[in-house]
Amino acid sequence: MNAFAQAQVMSHDGMGASRLILEVRDLNVWFGQDGDSRRHVVKGVDLELYAGQCIALVGESGSGKSVTARSLIGLAGAGSRVEAANLTFEGETLLGRSDRWWRHVRGSKIGLILQDALVSLDPLRPVGKEIDEALWLHRWGDRASRREKILKILGQVGVPEPALRAKQRSGELSGGLRQRALIAAAIALHPNVVIADEPTTALDVTVQAQVLGVLKQMLARGTSIILISHDLAVVSKLADIIYVMRGGSIVEAGPRDRVLNRPRHRYTQQLIDAVPSEHTKGTRLSADGGVLRPGLFSQSRGRSSNNRVPLLDARNIVKTFRSPDGIRRTVVKGVSFTLARGETLGIVGESGSGKSTLARVALSLETPDSGEVRFEGRIWTGAVPAEQRQIRKRISVVYQDPLSSFDPRWRVSRILTDAITLANPSRAQDARQYAAALLEAVGLEPVHLDRWPLQMSGGQRQRVAIARAIATEPEIIILDEAVSALDVSVQAQILDLLTDLQAQLGISYLFISHDLGVIHHMSDRVLVMKDGKAVEQGTADQVFYHPKHAYTQSLLASLPRLEYAQLRMAASAR
Amino acid sequence: MPVISSGLDMVPADDVQPRSSSNLTRRILRRLGATLFVLWGTVTITFLVLSILPGDRATILLNIRSGQAIERTPEELAPINAAYGFDQPIAVQYIRYVSGLLHGDLGASYELQRPVLNIISEQIAPTFTLAIAALVLAWIFTIPWTLLTAGRGARLGAFGSAAETILAGLPQYWVGILLLIVFAIWLNWFPVIGGTGLVNTVLPTVTLAVPLAGFIGQSIRSEFDRAMREPFVLSARARGMSAAGVRARHVLRHALIPGITLSGWAIGHLLSGTVLVEAVFARPGLGAVLVNAVNTKDFALVSGILILNSFLYVLINFIVDLIYLVVDPRLRDKA
Repeated sequence: MNAFAQAQVMSHDGMGASRLILEVRDLNVWFGQDGDSRRHVVKGVDLELYAGQCIALVGESGSGKSVTARSLIGLAGAGSRVEAANLTFEGETLLGRSDRWWRHVRGSKIGLILQDALVSLDPLRPVGKEIDEALWLHRWGDRASRREKILKILGQVGVPEPALRAKQRSGELSGGLRQRALIAAAIALHPNVVIADEPTTALDVTVQAQVLGVLKQMLARGTSIILISHDLAVVSKLADIIYVMRGGSIVEAGPRDRVLNRPRHRYTQQLIDAVPSEHTKGTRLSADGGVLRPGLFSQSRGRSSNNRVPLLDARNIVKTFRSPDGIRRTVVKGVSFTLARGETLGIVGESGSGKSTLARVALSLETPDSGEVRFEGRIWTGAVPAEQRQIRKRISVVYQDPLSSFDPRWRVSRILTDAITLANPSRAQDARQYAAALLEAVGLEPVHLDRWPLQMSGGQRQRVAIARAIATEPEIIILDEAVSALDVSVQAQILDLLTDLQAQLGISYLFISHDLGVIHHMSDRVLVMKDGKAVEQGTADQVFYHPKHAYTQSLLASLPRLEYAQLRMAASAR
Repeated sequence: MPVISSGLDMVPADDVQPRSSSNLTRRILRRLGATLFVLWGTVTITFLVLSILPGDRATILLNIRSGQAIERTPEELAPINAAYGFDQPIAVQYIRYVSGLLHGDLGASYELQRPVLNIISEQIAPTFTLAIAALVLAWIFTIPWTLLTAGRGARLGAFGSAAETILAGLPQYWVGILLLIVFAIWLNWFPVIGGTGLVNTVLPTVTLAVPLAGFIGQSIRSEFDRAMREPFVLSARARGMSAAGVRARHVLRHALIPGITLSGWAIGHLLSGTVLVEAVFARPGLGAVLVNAVNTKDFALVSGILILNSFLYVLINFIVDLIYLVVDPRLRDKA
């Protein structure tokens, strides 16, 4: 209680009055044995954390941000070697401590919150038991007082009906509730410092806003937070000081507003520029792009056909699934949309809103219970299989994780030539050359033909997936969360690539994403889905600037944005 | 169940408590239905095999009793056919057979002229005790071994895994003879000649448990390693739990599931597979009875043992299924 009262006196914007809680000088972490296999993943990191402050480590995957944070609780990982000139927490060194000492500190003085509580809490146990464990491990109270305490903490992080929720497992709770339960387990003993490693990643935007609210309350109660995130917009909501990491080193550090508005390092600038939003519409997000050879595609594509008929026309689609317990759930409830040639239609909605099912119906992979899909005016749903196949050739799909849609035993060359010859058997002779040209078109090189997908980075794999998608010279590409798993700078490159391909080839995109910024950046028109219904449809600017439906408004209100004015408001609100 | 996130803190309808428990009841009932179906199938198949088997049953009966192997005249066969009902239509025989079973009547042994149920009940106890004891002992070996060697680095894991592979490959008769030589003959700790007392049960139990522990260990090790990489392990460590605590309190439970599956299978295997061990240790049990009954073509006794074994097997798998629900409560949500 003492620490609480003390922290509450201090303000967390100024540093002068606050107490230095954590000091890190020249932190280095290596993994693996000595020799060639040894990797230097954190290189000379300096950090300072003052009481009641939130510092953020921002960086892309592999930047060493998580390892840095985990070495602060002595859990850098198996086979790691941690060295530092100075690693001091509340006046005591963290170096060379015994396991017993660490166990005492973890959970009681420093807490850790991870991504996705579905797997970060033991899925076999009720969440109450997980929180109880945190108390029990530190010999806090007896059974009855712990039970009382569990309910109190759950209430504190905004879990309604804590007595009921405590008995449920993480899989039984909604995304927002289980993330709160995870936070409750980490802060049960009110640690002074909480490390939050991507605490809102993979959450729907409204849930994300709620979790950010909980973290903000923790800050207000005087807890210091080390926030680790790849998402600058999330960071801008919470952090006082931002450390930008790349390749294991800190490239830039400073107060939030300064770093976001006047970045000094080129990489920081790149990161900020790469975030797609309403402001980036029509601009490039990255520096590079692919080269499309003239004449790569045959010109005999169906361009000449009637332009007044929409390319894809879905009318009143209804799709119902029967779940294993025999209950019918209507996933898509009467959605209509059209997609014109060369246009991008963005479909946005939270998980479970029916966007992917709608896309599968559009692809005729699912037969709708009612409604129809027309391709160039021809009814496609329920057409004879031969005709369906003809049309399906003209539509490609790119999924979030291309690895699962590639045969792992095929090299890139086979993945591409397979698609090429399937679409156009006459290309069998020069399929490999054509595949090489496709790779160049998506910003890869012919040498990648002989790679295995497993050997490639996420961005490269997604490029291969796009190359495969355009190999059939499609008129429509359905992009189902195609950039959602990528780092922001890679995402920027892929989005630019898609924009270029559309400009050059006149392909239409059905762009499905939960990310409002990406949708606004890419889409001409937007369809907002909620619980299987299209609640709003219109041009991107209409929907984003003048949302009519309450749900769209709440979505946009919960979206963390990177804007100066907003930062100002947030700062003064605190 | 896919979670339908409405953005608000709504819990999917399927997760409300009463639904969950009615799911559970339904699941148990369904499982019970399946169990009864399997039993019915076993009984029917056993009956059909018996009645359409080559060789006249009455002839076999007479020959077993007299210890001869000769053709019998219709005059000799008629009283037997009448006594056993072999002259009735097959449907009538079937109904009589099933209703007998329902009343606990497994028929009479051809050779011993005694009710099959009596013969089995005299011999089942040592066999059943041995099978259950072996399974329990196998788990007692496996759990500490897994906790000691799994998920603690590649080298230790490879060592643990290699040891399990070797154990799993050991032939039971060889283990049995080795144990007899070492512990009964050299060290004189246990009697050489079998019986059904506690001291007599130790070596046969170990003999059966050792290879089984290897199998179970192999099956839970990979699951253990996988669970060690789950983020909840890091969460628990960050709460202040020791590495050993996380392994024992969180990870082990995840790893048990494939081992439990294997145990259901192993019980069936043990019940009918104790023959060798019973022979090596000169121990009474169902195994010897079964071998003898097969040799003498005592079909009534063979089928009685068969039906009993499948009954136990199905019953134990039903229990295993309930254990699943305790170990992995997520399964309760699935209908």
